[in-house]
Amino acid sequence: MEENQLLEKFQEKVDAEIKVEPKDWMPEKYRKTLIRQISQHAHSEVVGMLPEANWLTRAPSLRRKMILLAKIQDEAGHGLYLYSAAETLGVDRQELVEELLSGKAKYSSIFNYPTLTWADIGAVGWLVDGAAIMNQVMLTRTSYGPYSRAMVRICKEESFHQRQGFEIVATLAKGTPEQKEMAQDALNRWWWPSLMMFGPRDDNSPNTAQSMKWKIKRKTNDELREEFIDRTVQQAEAIGLTVPDKDLKWNEERGHYDHGEINWDEFYNVIQGNGPCNQERMKARRDAYDNGRWVREAAKAYAAKRAAKAA
Amino acid sequence: MSQENQANWPLYEVFIQSKPGLAHKHVGSLHAPDAQTAIENARDVYTRRSEGTSIWVVPAEAISASSPDDAGEFFEPANDKVYRHPTFYDIPKGVKYL
Repeated sequence: MEENQLLEKFQEKVDAEIKVEPKDWMPEKYRKTLIRQISQHAHSEVVGMLPEANWLTRAPSLRRKMILLAKIQDEAGHGLYLYSAAETLGVDRQELVEELLSGKAKYSSIFNYPTLTWADIGAVGWLVDGAAIMNQVMLTRTSYGPYSRAMVRICKEESFHQRQGFEIVATLAKGTPEQKEMAQDALNRWWWPSLMMFGPRDDNSPNTAQSMKWKIKRKTNDELREEFIDRTVQQAEAIGLTVPDKDLKWNEERGHYDHGEINWDEFYNVIQGNGPCNQERMKARRDAYDNGRWVREAAKAYAAKRAAKAA
Repeated sequence: MSQENQANWPLYEVFIQSKPGLAHKHVGSLHAPDAQTAIENARDVYTRRSEGTSIWVVPAEAISASSPDDAGEFFEPANDKVYRHPTFYDIPKGVKYL
């Protein structure tokens, strides 16, 4: 079959909501877009462990510590589900890991911000995971089967992440004036970077149209951002905190909040590697890879020994 | 790192039985140095919330699959055999347990 005939059949299939599976014919650009998107997503899960690990030894109670450990373990698992989905597209996980370590591949810019206080761990769960969930719920309906299935698993696990984060912030918000101040400060610092997680505005997002046509994405960046704001403002009000946006106003006509301008210079600056923690995050990943080498070698030697014994 | 790449652990496909009596279902894959380690890691990756009572791991390269390009012709023989379904048959009104 001719390329454009194949392309036409592919589009028909996608339009009919039939999932694309690994061995099916797919346009090269569809494959490339997915590899890039899924691996970036996987890298984000893995790097996302770092800001949280920063507070593991200083969690204020055993309960909080166990929860945080479980959450961080989930993030590692989510990274693995996603690498597994990416590998069905014909790449090797090792290649993807090398792309992260060399800086060739990107991860979500949000993880280049520091977690300065314990309240930040709450804000990360509530806002960062909350924003991620908006995106991930949409992606359960993505056209690529393995990606969609990985997202279903992730969404099931992720909702506890957001709730535990909100619980931390809510607890601080009804504590002493200092604790409430800490919660407000965390909201102030994480609000805008969380909005940036949805990516550039629709009129400045050149890949969105194609991704929507192929149903890789089902909603645009601005649509998801709007949903997130509508939900989160109400949650902040419920615990007596103020969203740090003086232009935030309910728009009766649209049925959504209008919000102030996002600082896109900051967004691009962080993506380009100049955020507060980019270098620290990359160094932590490289160190983890290098320091884990002996473990990988030992596992291999142990497997060989076990095989020899069984023979 | 390229040397390590060559010595990469093989890929195992993971199948989980969620409770006794149900079939094992494909959940994803992982790399491991051998099958035993693959099972142990699959437990940590795929059953953190008691999703399983049994795990199978299969080397990905051991799986043979039908070709999606030929799926049309390959599955075609079943399409015109509606008499294989109970709804094909006319049963007089009022007759029960059929």
